[in-house]
Amino acid sequence: MFVYADNAATTKVRPVALKAFNETATAYFGNPSSLHSAGQRAKEELTRCREKIAAVLGANGREIYFTSGGSESDNQAILSAAYAGARKGKKKIVSTAIEHHAVLHTLEKLEKEGFEVVLLPVGAEGIVKVEDAARELDENTCLVSVMLANNEIGTLQPVSEIGALCREKKIPFHTDAVQAVGHMPIDVNALHCDYLALSGHKFGAPRGVGALYVRTGAPLFSLIEGGAQERGKRAGTENLPAIAAMTAALEEATRDLPGYMKKVSALRDELIGNLSRIPHCALNGDPEKRLCGNVSFCFEGIEGESLLLLLDEEGICASSGSACTSGSLDPSHVLLAIGRVHDVAHGSLRLTLSEDTTEEEIAYLSEKIPKVVAYLRGMSPVWRDLQEGRRTYIL
Amino acid sequence: MSLYSEKVMDHFKHPRNVGVIENADGVGEVGNAKCGDIMKIYLKIDGDIISDVKFETFGCGSAIASSSMATELIKGKPLADALSLTNKAVAEALDGLPAYKMHCSVLAEEAIKAAILDYYTKNNIPYDESLFRESSCAHCEDKPE
Repeated sequence: MFVYADNAATTKVRPVALKAFNETATAYFGNPSSLHSAGQRAKEELTRCREKIAAVLGANGREIYFTSGGSESDNQAILSAAYAGARKGKKKIVSTAIEHHAVLHTLEKLEKEGFEVVLLPVGAEGIVKVEDAARELDENTCLVSVMLANNEIGTLQPVSEIGALCREKKIPFHTDAVQAVGHMPIDVNALHCDYLALSGHKFGAPRGVGALYVRTGAPLFSLIEGGAQERGKRAGTENLPAIAAMTAALEEATRDLPGYMKKVSALRDELIGNLSRIPHCALNGDPEKRLCGNVSFCFEGIEGESLLLLLDEEGICASSGSACTSGSLDPSHVLLAIGRVHDVAHGSLRLTLSEDTTEEEIAYLSEKIPKVVAYLRGMSPVWRDLQEGRRTYIL
Repeated sequence: MSLYSEKVMDHFKHPRNVGVIENADGVGEVGNAKCGDIMKIYLKIDGDIISDVKFETFGCGSAIASSSMATELIKGKPLADALSLTNKAVAEALDGLPAYKMHCSVLAEEAIKAAILDYYTKNNIPYDESLFRESSCAHCEDKPE
């Protein structure tokens, strides 16, 4: 059996997206910047896509900028707000300890340039506290950036509450919604965000295309210089086929969000229930305030990379926040932020479901994962020490 | 996965000499759980020969494969051979390891040395101290809590 349970990494391209890609590539092949009819037809199609994406987000078409993906969108939003703030002498940025590296590394760069960066902690449940954010907002704050849903543990952050605070204090607010778009309802007005980053390949579009929502009036600087595409904010000939594919994928993904969320969260909860029966394990992140498809566990006494490799042998594609899977020496900053110590953070497993996930696949995962965990524990000196009382259980 | 050679995958999926030797003549454990890998080697020694060897490993695929290969390389061999086993020899026998996984082979070399040292110490056998240097697993040190 083959079970793809790594949909937070990337998704299979939806047939409707491929169809849109192919049709657009041939029917609207002109360059939208060209004056001739082929170019103008492409330009009109580009506008239609922009308006459709905007409609899904509750935005205006003029507030959507197409980019190469989530990382570029995050970079552009953060750098734009930060540099605009610095011009007014405001150099404090508030974010969270569990952001994606596209945000964290951009903030590190700004810190080196003299910005003050405050990363809000999260509790054991993996959710930032609104009052912690409120305490940090002051007249020097030029940007607040809080992700909508975490990519590793799936926890949903109180973005609309923090957004409302920022709005009140007139502080630009960005949300990295890469994991959320296409998987839960999104309304930029309800979120009170000035910027929102999204990535096509997280909801069935091809890679290399994403968008940045920028509220009218919010500062925006170009990262890529050149032509006047995207209203002068993002040079480079528009990737119209991919943009059309992303539009079609987003429209399909959001056609019945309540139905999708109900179905997938039921499968998620069933899997969480089954895996919870493994001794000395723990679910990472709040059990309810999480993405409908995210299951994340730590298993004591084993290491995540060997777990992934053996699951792959069983046809299961999953992910881990262990150090060894990332090529770095430290386990995931998200797992450390929720209080998992190194010893158990190394033994993490992330399974991310999709609407294609079946009951049979959940049963297969529930059967194979405990076996592989038990097998690895059987050869682990850490597990033996735990069992024989020479080491104390953490989980 | 193409991250590892076929040989690494073979030793990872079908590890040789997994287990424990009760009343082993020498036991060595290196690494720590914080770093994500611990290797434990058990030796049975008859005269000068390693008549049996078993291992237990908590760690990634290359850590398990390195343990398995290292035990294969020293089983039935004189202690002097085991003492001269280098991490490079373990990695080469596995048809290579990715650069950032080389420390797994270092752990294997050190676990074997630790087990032999344990045997020497327990039996009051004189040994050349220069053969047993401090751990070279640099990344395990100064790890913040």
